[in-house]
Amino acid sequence: MAQGVFAIAEQREGEIRKVTYEIVSEGRRLADALGQELTAVLLGSGIKDKAGELAHYGADKVLVADDPKLGTYTTDAYVTVIADLVKDKDPAVVLGGASSQGKDLIARLSARLGVGMGQDCTAFSVEDGKFTAVRPVYAGKAYTKVSFENSMPQIATARPNVMTISEPDTSRSAEVIDAPVSLDEGALKTKVADVMKDESGKVDLTEADKIVSGGRGMKGPENYNILEELADLIGASVGASRSAVDAGWRPHSDQVGQTGKVVSPNLYIACGISGAIQHLAGMSTSKVIVAINKDPDAPIFQKADYGVVADLFDVVPALTEEVKKYL
Amino acid sequence: MNIIACIKQVPDTETQIKVAPDKKSIVKDDIKWVMNPYDEFGVEEALRVKEKFGGEVTVVGLGPKRVTESIRTALAMGADKGILIVDDALEGSDSLATAKALAAAIKDLDYDLIFAGQRGVDDDLGVVGAALAEFLGIPQISVVVKVDVAEDGKSVRCNRPVEGEVLVIESSLPALVTAQKGLNEPRYASLPGIMKAKKKPLEEKSLADLGLDSAEFGEEARKVKIMEMTPPPERAAGKIIEGETPEEKAAGLAKLLHEEAKVI
Repeated sequence: MAQGVFAIAEQREGEIRKVTYEIVSEGRRLADALGQELTAVLLGSGIKDKAGELAHYGADKVLVADDPKLGTYTTDAYVTVIADLVKDKDPAVVLGGASSQGKDLIARLSARLGVGMGQDCTAFSVEDGKFTAVRPVYAGKAYTKVSFENSMPQIATARPNVMTISEPDTSRSAEVIDAPVSLDEGALKTKVADVMKDESGKVDLTEADKIVSGGRGMKGPENYNILEELADLIGASVGASRSAVDAGWRPHSDQVGQTGKVVSPNLYIACGISGAIQHLAGMSTSKVIVAINKDPDAPIFQKADYGVVADLFDVVPALTEEVKKYL
Repeated sequence: MNIIACIKQVPDTETQIKVAPDKKSIVKDDIKWVMNPYDEFGVEEALRVKEKFGGEVTVVGLGPKRVTESIRTALAMGADKGILIVDDALEGSDSLATAKALAAAIKDLDYDLIFAGQRGVDDDLGVVGAALAEFLGIPQISVVVKVDVAEDGKSVRCNRPVEGEVLVIESSLPALVTAQKGLNEPRYASLPGIMKAKKKPLEEKSLADLGLDSAEFGEEARKVKIMEMTPPPERAAGKIIEGETPEEKAAGLAKLLHEEAKVI
């Protein structure tokens, strides 16, 4: 019978990504609830020394597939290696992060294995020995609770920034196991030809701890500098509403909402955003929401923990000055 | 170069979603159904590739009869023909079943490139594209904002933005590409386009036509069961920050963010 939890680690250029610690921590909690083992699965090139880090967050075993062909993620290669491992080890649960890479990987893996999956989940639990997941749908306008009764292994990805990272226990160690890699070069049809780095140094909105976002109330692209100043000061990334993006003020990659990014930062500051339903859907899992808008009837205030009814062009620069007192 | 664009219909993004009394689905009355916005980017890109290389664009949709309307929209934009997979037994199918039906309809067509939206803005799973590629045995390139087909029509280069960087991915053809916002600005159907679309071939296929067993589709065959659907969790009523001037309000807000919310 299928046993144990797999947590699929994610690395970039040999560094473990934060979402990995989230799913290894969550995988530990689930493995405990099931009374089973947690195995972290790490693919890459020259990454074996990183296996220990995964033990600190709760992995009992770490399966390491170390191969030059796995240095950079490609769907072909990663899915092939992981599908083989799943068939061999027969885990009951496979967890991944709902990052760009994780979503691509897990979607194809579920098809390869012919099993159902839950993407971008915000909670997992074990009820009467049964694994369940909570998934927002319609970008958060509704929530579903799902089970995987006809499907083994049970596969799901966790939304970044949602699962709590456990305090690392550096005294923990894991059994590190070399995983076999048999990749037929001819079967690999895709390759990463180039990587264009974002030089801004800003954290992507989906992974950002804080976001300062501007909407139609910004009146034009030239005014975003007041948001950038506040964002730089508090270590936030800058987002935008659909109307600001559609107006060409900000790039598509900055859009928060149902046809943009779904975000879960600790702090979301919405400036001059009225709160169209498709925007609210994309940011309602933020932990603390601040709305700054001069229209007291703007729907955004119904979602906000803190609201300021005033002109953002007065409030935002003043807020930038005020927060300096606390930094 | 022959291209396929897959489409689904979803509630317009302005729709207020209400949970149905069965607590497992949404209330479907009064919904404005539209082509999934990400699929629209796929249709547009298919047309652009065709305009450059020649060939045909086939639009493949799956769902109830109303999906015909979205296929006609794609035909009016310039696609050449449409296929609608329509069968009562499909109602409630999950992503893998959907992909299986699409694969059955597509596998015998002559194609070089398939476009699909990166996800449906309804169930937000983003699995159908990947699963369709898997079932057809071709590579996928997901969430793409730029597509360059090589002059010889044998390979494609795509820009795929991921956290903090853009990957340029090269693949042999045939391949499946999922479209992200930013790929293009979909055109509007012109009046002559709409007139022409009425005469373009639109074929309907049932599961039996595709040689599929209806027992593998629908609610009962779902591999992931919806136990319960609920409205989003309510957020507790927030505080409106009082103050005589914007500066006072800003000061009050900063203090609360530091002392109460502890986020600054």
